[in-house]
Amino acid sequence: MEIIVNFFEKNGLIVAFVAVGIISYLGFLISKHVLKNKIPGAAVAILLGLIVAYFSGLYTGGSKGIADISIFSGMSLLGGSMFRDFAIVSTAMGASFMLIRQTGLAGAISLVLGTTVSFVGGAIIAVFLGYHDAKSIATIGAGACTFIVGPVTGAALQASSEVIALSIATGVVKSIFVTISTPFIAPYIGLNNAHSAMIYGGMMSTTSGVSAGLAATDTKLVPYGALTATFATGMGCLLCPSVFYLILEKIL
Amino acid sequence: MVIYGVSFLGACYILGQLVGEFLAKWIGVKANVGGVGFAMLFLILAHDYFNKRNLFSAEAEKGILFWSQMYIPVIVAMSATQNVVVALNSGLLAILAGVIPVFMCFACIPLLVKLTKSPLNN
Repeated sequence: MEIIVNFFEKNGLIVAFVAVGIISYLGFLISKHVLKNKIPGAAVAILLGLIVAYFSGLYTGGSKGIADISIFSGMSLLGGSMFRDFAIVSTAMGASFMLIRQTGLAGAISLVLGTTVSFVGGAIIAVFLGYHDAKSIATIGAGACTFIVGPVTGAALQASSEVIALSIATGVVKSIFVTISTPFIAPYIGLNNAHSAMIYGGMMSTTSGVSAGLAATDTKLVPYGALTATFATGMGCLLCPSVFYLILEKIL
Repeated sequence: MVIYGVSFLGACYILGQLVGEFLAKWIGVKANVGGVGFAMLFLILAHDYFNKRNLFSAEAEKGILFWSQMYIPVIVAMSATQNVVVALNSGLLAILAGVIPVFMCFACIPLLVKLTKSPLNN
């Protein structure tokens, strides 16, 4: 047993390839036979991944899902930001520069609007649930942008660690919710072309949510959505602890 | 050779991410600003440039296409390593603040699409 555990730990990345292959295969089987292709296999596989992460988290009490089980530690490398970003960049091969240039301005507007709407939405909910100081409200509002903007803003404003943890949780909930809901909402908001995908990326802000949500909806849209989403965290880190916080302080 | 494509992709990735790091430093932000976006633009433009001069072999292209097909598996691995327990157990505030703004943003998308499309078509 010990030999096997040690061996799996030493070959983490390869174990991850095998594990992801099995999860994907199960996802495609369920999609085809149980759901009659109504939900794409990729979406089911991503959802299965989240379910696996949930039960692993319950089992280990850790924060990295299945990667906290030592024989699957390689999953955090394959699913980490390096491989994720590398794979996202590679999808740009099929993207058209013409389309990107045409939508450039709309993408930029969506970035500002997405950050503002998320921040305001998160801030209003924070007020409703009993937070009344500008620092906490701003930190939770920032968490509603992405799970990186939340702690960066909280640290800049010296918010309490409890509020910072809450802002991270808010961002994680958002990323997971965007992942799950995108394929269902896509037909209603016209998310089926490069133009709307770029706007979607800017509005949703969360790179992980956008990249997973589009993967589950239509892989061809991934490069366009990811292109704008990747600027959103920077935009949030720029606006939330400065302009938005000052406006919030004035209002209160 | 396949490695030429992978290496080309890697070079675009490194250049783009570095631009994102320096841009962040320059505007005083503690996060990478658009590194992936810059890398994608470099990849599109450089690939176009080399392709027009027939300097990009089909074999090299396979090195890039492989990774774009590995995209969904990487996302599955990412999902499997998320902190889902915290997301579900963190109470009403995190769930409401994580979900309601998303609906508000979804609602804005058709509006913004309409607004930004009309001047282009005219």
